[in-house]
Amino acid sequence: MQILKLKETVAFMGYRKVAMVFSILMMVASIASLAINKLNFGLDFTGGVKVEVGFEQAADLTKMRQVLDANGFDDAVVQLFGTSRDVVIRMGERPGVKAETLGDQILSVLKDGMGVNVEMRRIEFVGASVGDELTEQGGLAMLTALICILVYVAFRFEWRFALGSVFALFHDVLLTLGLFSILGIEFDLTVLAAILAVIGYSLNDTIVVSDRIRENFRKIREGGPEEIINISLTQTLSRTFITSITTLLVLAALFFKGGALIHGFATALLFGVFVGTYSSIYVASSIALALGISKEDLIPEVVEKEGADHEEMMP
Amino acid sequence: MLNKTPLWKTLMVMFVIAIGMLYASPNLYGEDPAVQVSGLRGVEVDASTLDQIKSQLSENNIEAMSIALEKGQVLARFRDTENQIKARDLLHDTYGRDYSVALNLTPATPDWLAAIGGSPMKLGLDLSGGVSFLMEVNMKEAVNKAQTGLVGDFRSELRGEKIRYRSVKLDGDAIKVVFRNPEDLEKAEDYLSKQNRDLLFTMDEDSLTLKAVMTEQKQKEIREYALQQNITIIRNRVNELGVAEPLVQRQGQKHIVIELPGVQDTAKAKEILNATATIEFRMVDTDNDIGNALDGRVPASSQLLYERNGTPVLLKKRIMLTGDHIVDAGSGFDEYSRPQVNITLDSPGGSKFSNATKDNIGKPMATVFIEYKGTDRKDADGNTIFEKVEEVISVATIQARLGKNFRITGAGSQQEAHNLALLLRAGALIAPIQIVEERTVGPSLGAENIKLGFQAIIGGFALVFIFMMIYYRAFGVVANLALGANLIMIVGVMSMIPGATLTLPGMAGIVLTVGMAVDANVLIFERIREELRSGKSVQQSIHQGYDAAFSTILDANITTLIAAFILFAVGTGPIKGFAVTLSIGIITSMFTAIVGTRTVVNAVWGGKRLDKISI
Repeated sequence: MQILKLKETVAFMGYRKVAMVFSILMMVASIASLAINKLNFGLDFTGGVKVEVGFEQAADLTKMRQVLDANGFDDAVVQLFGTSRDVVIRMGERPGVKAETLGDQILSVLKDGMGVNVEMRRIEFVGASVGDELTEQGGLAMLTALICILVYVAFRFEWRFALGSVFALFHDVLLTLGLFSILGIEFDLTVLAAILAVIGYSLNDTIVVSDRIRENFRKIREGGPEEIINISLTQTLSRTFITSITTLLVLAALFFKGGALIHGFATALLFGVFVGTYSSIYVASSIALALGISKEDLIPEVVEKEGADHEEMMP
Repeated sequence: MLNKTPLWKTLMVMFVIAIGMLYASPNLYGEDPAVQVSGLRGVEVDASTLDQIKSQLSENNIEAMSIALEKGQVLARFRDTENQIKARDLLHDTYGRDYSVALNLTPATPDWLAAIGGSPMKLGLDLSGGVSFLMEVNMKEAVNKAQTGLVGDFRSELRGEKIRYRSVKLDGDAIKVVFRNPEDLEKAEDYLSKQNRDLLFTMDEDSLTLKAVMTEQKQKEIREYALQQNITIIRNRVNELGVAEPLVQRQGQKHIVIELPGVQDTAKAKEILNATATIEFRMVDTDNDIGNALDGRVPASSQLLYERNGTPVLLKKRIMLTGDHIVDAGSGFDEYSRPQVNITLDSPGGSKFSNATKDNIGKPMATVFIEYKGTDRKDADGNTIFEKVEEVISVATIQARLGKNFRITGAGSQQEAHNLALLLRAGALIAPIQIVEERTVGPSLGAENIKLGFQAIIGGFALVFIFMMIYYRAFGVVANLALGANLIMIVGVMSMIPGATLTLPGMAGIVLTVGMAVDANVLIFERIREELRSGKSVQQSIHQGYDAAFSTILDANITTLIAAFILFAVGTGPIKGFAVTLSIGIITSMFTAIVGTRTVVNAVWGGKRLDKISI
């Protein structure tokens, strides 16, 4: 069976201007949303208290808010989580009460006030200073990863590819963050892990494409860089599709079956795989092309005889 | 002939996969409910304890599957949780004082498998349920305490050398000694700087002051020591809680992670962990009038403290003995049925205390309970400010010279005496600690997470299986075999590595690897198709396909591996869990795709004259 039957080379690079405009627009939109909406940082980053409770029947949120309100927890945010019986209560740290006992307090207030059985499912308290450290660490992790990848690809391929692939990664991460900001989905540690996985996936894709471009530059004698890139992209296209499909299949399973806790993770990856696939076709190659990648850059160095090709070296 | 795998390679593939299967297999056996009895502080579990427990259980008709001495603790396994609970209650009544009796789930791994190191994957708290704390050690206080200690040392050193001084006190980070004349100043500088090589001394002739500051290196050492000491003490305290398989680990420069699987009573855990208590023994100042002190005229060498009932006590500042020397403490009752705490000291502490009490027979001595409590105020660096709360718990007249063993009374209730003994036994913390993060996961949520996670893995797996079979037909089946082997090997390696824990993001990592592991096969198969289309023979195509895809697979996976390693190095908790499964997955998938499927493909199709293959 075959999904794509391509007889002709697809002129991918012919559309690169359109793609570039599209990418820039998306990136601007992401930056704008990140600046205006910000990210809806979860407890891991902001600090505070989060209590997750389960009821036997559908939860009465209005009553819950009243009960909490009456007991001095007027700043608590009450939301359904996953199902109508699971509720998550969120609130910031508060002066005067030891933060680590807040969770227990909320639970006992609910048990007394609701008149129904409340099951504790999860209590989390994170100090704000821990959150700061995490934000720093998360950012640092991403930065180190990008730099190390840049160095490896520059070493194995060529600096233009390295720049192209790292920019593609940056593009994917920015767009995924933008999506989270626009949709206001909670950004927690699992989502951060997902974004790092997006980096892994997108990188995988980009390297496969770059590898083929390098091979074809060495193998195909005629045709300019643009044509060779087009040929390479066409050749790898069906692989790119199949891999994306299988990955999306498992992610879909995770999204629908994995439970509420893993939803943010699955969302980030589902979107990331789409963007990653797109960026490996358009962003990385377009940048390498725009930076002037040429045959000579990728032909392995041949030991030159003295004076043999002086002409080429002359301006 | 093309596409023949040498025998050794085939055997190696079979061997590696067999090892993977072997070490993955403990996960199939599940777990037995068990009760674990281990000794607390100094008490050892031995063969006689084992025999006692055996006979006690059989006398009470509690049937155990096995009772054995393992790693210095008695482990009794039961067929069901009902017997487990019964046994726990029974053993707790008998052994509760000197031993920790804890419920446990023990892997039901067969003995021969356990003997070669087989054990199931460890589950993270998000999957097993339980509570985790992140504690922060107050380093400022640790350094401060050391500096305060130096003040006392200076005084006694100078006294010992008969050098007269006007005052010794702590001024910020410096210890300031003021002298009466320049000769004393120089003599002191000469002596003290030789004794304290890790201090920086500066002399000021005009004000006759000697200033000593700790070197940066010394401060670092103190902080390091405080962290280590706190970890040791917390380990002891956690043992007192009787939790099966607790984890106490350092994280970064000043944090300690504590994971207590299965613990739901967080209040009790917090009380024990968070209590930063120690005691000091000090003489009551009987030379000065307490009335004057209450009016605010407290002599410089004394301090005004209160008893729990509000009675003021004037104490000498000099500390006779600190809690650091306590090696054991237990609670009991004295002859008037009042709760008391029995204390045993180490030998330096014993001789120190014996000297200190010798000259003070007939005089009152106070036991001061000191607790550091985190307040809601923060200092400029955002660190919590700790408050030192001192309380006199007993004032007793010294009847005789006290040695290594003695007792104190005055704790309010038996429960309080018990708690105090427990804290003293667990040791005094060098620096106060505070909980900065706490997460509790209910057991039902943990079970649900496991269920959903497995459903997702199986669901995703099934979809990919079907897709690959339809798309690549016979070769798809080979890819699926590789995928299956891959999953088994991930589980096998996860079970083998002691530090690897399966978490929810880790599960997601496995799911993702399944998706990406297919990639290597897709790369190879697409290459083979390309070669076939270009008119090459079947054997040539297979050979070329594997060859050409090799460097691509290598490059792509190494870059992803770099990302995973960095995640592991800098990440914490869930990110680490994710990085572990991802890197293991990448390595195993490289193995199965490059070597594993090649072996199968060669065995089925290799070395034959074929016109067509099913790809």
